[in-house]
Amino acid sequence: MDKFILGGHEFHSRFILGSGKYSLELIKAAVEQAGAEIITLALRRANGGSLENILDYLPKNVVKLPNTSGARTAEEAVRIARLARELCQSDFVKIEVIKDSKYLLPDNYATAKATEVLAKEGFVVMPYMYPDLQAARDMANAGAACIMPLGAPIGSNKGLCTLDFIQILIDEIDLPVIVDAGIGKPSQACQAMEMGAAAVMVNTAIASAGDIPQMAAAFREAVRAGRRAYLAGLGEVRKFANASSPLTGFLRD
Amino acid sequence: MEDKFFNTTIYNEESRLAAQNLVADYLVYQEGMEVLESQMLEQVLDLRTAFNPEAYGTEEVLRAIESDKRTVEDFGALLSPAALPFLEQIAQAAQKERQKYFGNNVHFFTPLYLANYCENYCVYCGFNCHNQIHRARLNAEQMEREMQVISATGMQEVLLLTGESRKMSSVEYIGEACRLARKYFKVVGLEIYPVNSDEYAYLHSCGADYVTVFQETYNPEKYGQLHLAGHKRCFPYRFYAQERALRGGMRGVGLAALLGLDDFRRDALAVGVHAMLLQKRYPHAEIALSCPRLRPIINNERITPLDVGERQLLQIVCAYRLFLPYASITVSSRECARVRDNLMSICANKISAGVSTGIGGHGGSGLGDEQFEIDDGRSLEEIFVAMKGRGLQPVMADYIFV
Repeated sequence: MDKFILGGHEFHSRFILGSGKYSLELIKAAVEQAGAEIITLALRRANGGSLENILDYLPKNVVKLPNTSGARTAEEAVRIARLARELCQSDFVKIEVIKDSKYLLPDNYATAKATEVLAKEGFVVMPYMYPDLQAARDMANAGAACIMPLGAPIGSNKGLCTLDFIQILIDEIDLPVIVDAGIGKPSQACQAMEMGAAAVMVNTAIASAGDIPQMAAAFREAVRAGRRAYLAGLGEVRKFANASSPLTGFLRD
Repeated sequence: MEDKFFNTTIYNEESRLAAQNLVADYLVYQEGMEVLESQMLEQVLDLRTAFNPEAYGTEEVLRAIESDKRTVEDFGALLSPAALPFLEQIAQAAQKERQKYFGNNVHFFTPLYLANYCENYCVYCGFNCHNQIHRARLNAEQMEREMQVISATGMQEVLLLTGESRKMSSVEYIGEACRLARKYFKVVGLEIYPVNSDEYAYLHSCGADYVTVFQETYNPEKYGQLHLAGHKRCFPYRFYAQERALRGGMRGVGLAALLGLDDFRRDALAVGVHAMLLQKRYPHAEIALSCPRLRPIINNERITPLDVGERQLLQIVCAYRLFLPYASITVSSRECARVRDNLMSICANKISAGVSTGIGGHGGSGLGDEQFEIDDGRSLEEIFVAMKGRGLQPVMADYIFV
C-alpha cells in the first residue's frame, strides 16, 4: 500500500481509530486488529488521576491524536490544544469546536480561527469540519495539515450523508481529506476511500459493534480495499448495458 | 376539588396548619430577584396542562417506541399508563439510544455538602428551617480536609451543595469553596439556592461549571402548598435559574422534578420539555436530568413517593432517554444499588459514589445532619468494581475547565 504523509510524518495505515465509548481494556486489541497507527482521544478524558487514565491503555507505538472536544469557542480549543501537547507529548491535534449539544455539529468559522493560531505555534492541525468548500480553503490557508469533513453527525452511524460535498473537497483541496464522523459500516469506509479520501476516522461504529476487535479488523480490510480501488482507477459507470454495436452492426465495408 | 396526588406522608401537624393559612404569593418575585424576559415558563406550563396521561393507547405507545425522532406527543405516550405493559420494549429502545450517545461509559461524581442552614420551609425536606436537626457549616479548613479525603479516592468531579441560606452560606462563601475545589477536582458543579446571573458569572469565574436546580414540582399551586416560606417560595425565580446560570457563562445545567410530590407523569413531562426548550435556546449548553424520588427524612420516617414504584421510575428514565437521547441522566444514592446499577446499563449514564448527605461526613466526624436518607452507601471503589463487572467503562472526568 502507498504511504500516507501527514504533517511531515509517514504512515502505512489509512485508518484512524477513536478511543471513546468502549472499555479501555479493548483499546489495545482494537488498535492491533485495526492496524491503526493513529488513535484519537478526548483530552477531557485523559485525566491525570489514579483511576482509569486512558493514556495508560494506549499502545506505545501509535501516534496519539488528542482532540479538543468540549471546546465551544476558538479560544477554548486553543487552550485545550496547548494542554494536550503537554500531556500527550505530541504536536498532532484534532480541532473540534462544537456549540450544539444535540447534533454536535462543528463551527467552521471558529475552527478556522483556532487552526490559524495553532498552526503558527507548530501544531499539526487537523480540523474537524462541516464539508464546505470555502471553509476548507480557509483551513488550508490557515495552515491546516489536512481537512476532516464529516460524513454525518458524530456517533450517528448514518454513513456518507454529505458524499457529494466531500467529493468536491477531495477534488479541490490539495491537502489530505480524512472523512471523520458518521461512518457506520466498513462498506461506507470503503466507499470514502474509493472516492479518494486520504484516510478515514471511525469510533462509534466500532464502539457500538457486538465484537469490537472483529469490527476493527473489518474496517481495516475495507479501508485497504477502498484505497486499492482508488489507486487502480475505478471503471466508468454507465447507465445501460454496453451492447457491441446495435445500430451500426449492419454495415459491411 | 379533591387532589388525588396529595401526598399526606410529607406533612406534620405544624406544616399542615401553616399550609392552610398561606396567601397565594408563590408567583411573586421577592426583593433582589432578577426577572428575565422569557416565555419559557408559560410554554412549559401550557404543555404540562395540555398533557393528559390517560389519553394515550397502545397505538401511540408503539409509534413512540419505534420513532427515530420523538415528539412531545411521543414523549407523553411513553410516560402514559398505557406504556407500562410495553416497559421491556421501551427499555430496549432506551438502551440503544444510550449506547449510541454514551457507549458503555458511566460518569462518576460525588456530592460534598458544605452547610445545612436553610431559610426555606419545604415540608418534605430534612433541611427545612422548622426541622429540629443539627446545623453546621464547614469552614475553609474543614472543606479542604473533606476535599482531600474525597480526592484521595480517585474522584475527579465534585458537586458542592448547601442548604438555601444566603445569610449562612453567602455567594462569596460558595465562591471560596469553588476555588478550593478546583485545586482537587477537574469538574466542579453547584447545587445551591438559585442566584442572579451576575452571581452565577462570579461563581463560574471561581471554577464552577455546572448548576443543578430541581423545580421539585411544575404544578405552581402544589408548589405553593409545599414551599411555605423563604426565597424558594417564588416559583418563577426558581424556574428560570438554569437560564440565568447559562447567561452567567456556566457550561451546563441540571434539572429535575422530585417524584412523588404531585402527578409524576405530568411533572416528568414538564422536566423533559423544560430541558428541550433550554437546549433549543442555548444549543451549546450541556443538559442533565435527575430522577429523584421522595425519601424519608430525620423526624419523618413515613415519607414515601406514593405511586412512583420501581416500574414507574424505570418508565420515566427511559422516556427521558428516548426523548432527549443526548442528555446526561443521573441516578442518585436515594435509590438502592440494584436499581441504580440496572438503570446505568439501560438508560442512565451518571452515578454518585461515596455519598454522605450530612455536613462533614467524609472526614470522619459528622458535624451536621443529613438532608435525606440515602439507600446506596457504597464507596467509589465498590461502585467502580460493580460497573466494570457489568461491562461498563467508568469515566472519572469528562470536561476541562477552560
